[in-house]
Amino acid sequence: MYTQSMDIPGQQPRAVAAAEQGAQEQEFEARIAADRKVEPRDWMPEAYRRTLVRQISQHAHSEVVGMLPEGNWLTRAPTLKRKAILMAKVQDEGGHGLYLYAAAETLGVSRDTLLDQLHSGKAKYSSIFNYPTVSWADIGAIGWLVDGAAIMNQIPLCRCSYGPYARAMIRVCKEESFHQRQGYEIMLALANGTPAQKRMAQDALDRWWWPVLAMFGPHDSDSQHSGQSMRWGIKRVSNDDLRQKFVDATVPQAELLGLTLPDPLLKWNAQRGHYDFGPIDWDDFWKVVNGDGPCNRERLATRVRAHAEGAWVREAAMAHAEKQRRKAHQEAA
Amino acid sequence: MNCSSHHFDYLLRLGGSSLVLGQRMAEWIGHGPVLEEDIALANVGLDLMGQARMLLTHAGALEGRGRDEDALAMLRDVPGFRNYTLCELPNGEPVSQVGATRDYAFTLTRNFLFAAFQCELWKALGASRDAELAAIAAKSAKESRYHYGHAADWMLRLGDGTDDSHRRMQAALDLLWPYTHELFAADAGEAELEAAGIAPRSETLRAGWLQAVEPVLAEATLARPADTGFLSTGRFGRHSEHLGHLLSELQYLQRAYPGAQW
Ligand SMILES: [Fe+2]
Ligand SMILES: [Fe+2]
Repeated sequence: MYTQSMDIPGQQPRAVAAAEQGAQEQEFEARIAADRKVEPRDWMPEAYRRTLVRQISQHAHSEVVGMLPEGNWLTRAPTLKRKAILMAKVQDEGGHGLYLYAAAETLGVSRDTLLDQLHSGKAKYSSIFNYPTVSWADIGAIGWLVDGAAIMNQIPLCRCSYGPYARAMIRVCKEESFHQRQGYEIMLALANGTPAQKRMAQDALDRWWWPVLAMFGPHDSDSQHSGQSMRWGIKRVSNDDLRQKFVDATVPQAELLGLTLPDPLLKWNAQRGHYDFGPIDWDDFWKVVNGDGPCNRERLATRVRAHAEGAWVREAAMAHAEKQRRKAHQEAA
Repeated sequence: MNCSSHHFDYLLRLGGSSLVLGQRMAEWIGHGPVLEEDIALANVGLDLMGQARMLLTHAGALEGRGRDEDALAMLRDVPGFRNYTLCELPNGEPVSQVGATRDYAFTLTRNFLFAAFQCELWKALGASRDAELAAIAAKSAKESRYHYGHAADWMLRLGDGTDDSHRRMQAALDLLWPYTHELFAADAGEAELEAAGIAPRSETLRAGWLQAVEPVLAEATLARPADTGFLSTGRFGRHSEHLGHLLSELQYLQRAYPGAQW
């Protein structure tokens, strides 16, 4: 997982000023125009760098915070096989966090700095993880829908103009498609199970569907900042186009499960060649983004606590390394 | 091959130990001191779960009553479990009283002591006349060596890190050491299993285990606790207070929705 479209008003640095000029900038522009990758050693406009640091670090934070809602079911998975699959899945998300922090570090910002921003509440992560996982079906719904939406978001990022981010996304996308399939399999077992299991699956779908659609971010018409990201080749496909693609792909999957998507306005539009769907509750979306979702405080507090409780471990590891260094130094002398 | 109840119990002991410790590892995922350790503990947990599944599947097949890994893991109560008590202790509170539900010193030290034991165990079981058990041991040996290496590295870093980390590691070691007695204590079925060439007597694993444990403790500047008369009894189905809570989570869905397929 998991990007949510990051062009959220109030988070974007000002559009790049006309300050950076000259040959370096021309070369950068030419590189972007020719669709060649920008690498860490290349000159880049400060605003491009800042935009990437923000997006990649928010993405990394989302992977790490995203371990928590599914982690809530690690000890309660229904079979040993499902438990092992879920452990591997949540572990993968931690691995995605690692690649992404490493990609952000190529832009000259340390993981510690980024974690401080997360823990102080300054940095955002995908709001989808501020919803609770109250039943086992939520683990199916997250894999199927949340990882599914993440794939839609991330496939275009494999072509992102910044090389390290694009390469991280290629690795990540491969694993996300496993996650999506495994989530769908959980839903399939529930949908073909007892009436209680089927109710569990429908209830999860009812709760996750709209937050997942909102994950793609504000409508293109309300998203004044994505223009610059598009021009820079960071963002390749618009929020609304990605959302439509997701809906079109998901409707038949829900039909196959025999579950009902909670949208009375959902309908095939032959003229457009797409599904029409009902309006998204943006007030609810912004409420969660701005900190008042069901689990915002708990998720962040859990991360802060894990970090604080681990401080002595990190300090001791550094002290030990320093002792070893001194010992090696003395032996050499 | 003939299946004696000792043989079955022995497989339940090993399978249950991997299962229960694997469950404890799962509790760490998302809460580690650094992201790399979330991933490492998940790796250890996944290996242990894999061992548990193979061992319980094998036990069920030997028993011949149609019980699979999930029937043995999910549908038995506390006295039916035969795991070593060491593996079921919680990761932190209330056994390790550091004011946290997860104590990395306690977890790492337990992993170290148990992985060192499993390394010896798999070595011996590689020659078992129970061919399936020998194959499981061969596969698991590599995993346990990795677990041992990971934990031993941290024993050194944290034992010989800061004063605070040293104190925490020594406290964890002092708490855990008495539970290692159970790993090497004799029991009524051992002679039969040894005679049949299925499993070694527990006591024979102790010398190798000490050889793997003591030098690391010394290098980590940790004092090896003295042995006492304390003897835990999980492998006979008489457990600590903690296993029941672990099972209430592990088994929750199977108990709440009897007979459902997942
Ligand atoms: Fe991910
Ligand atoms: Fe994922």
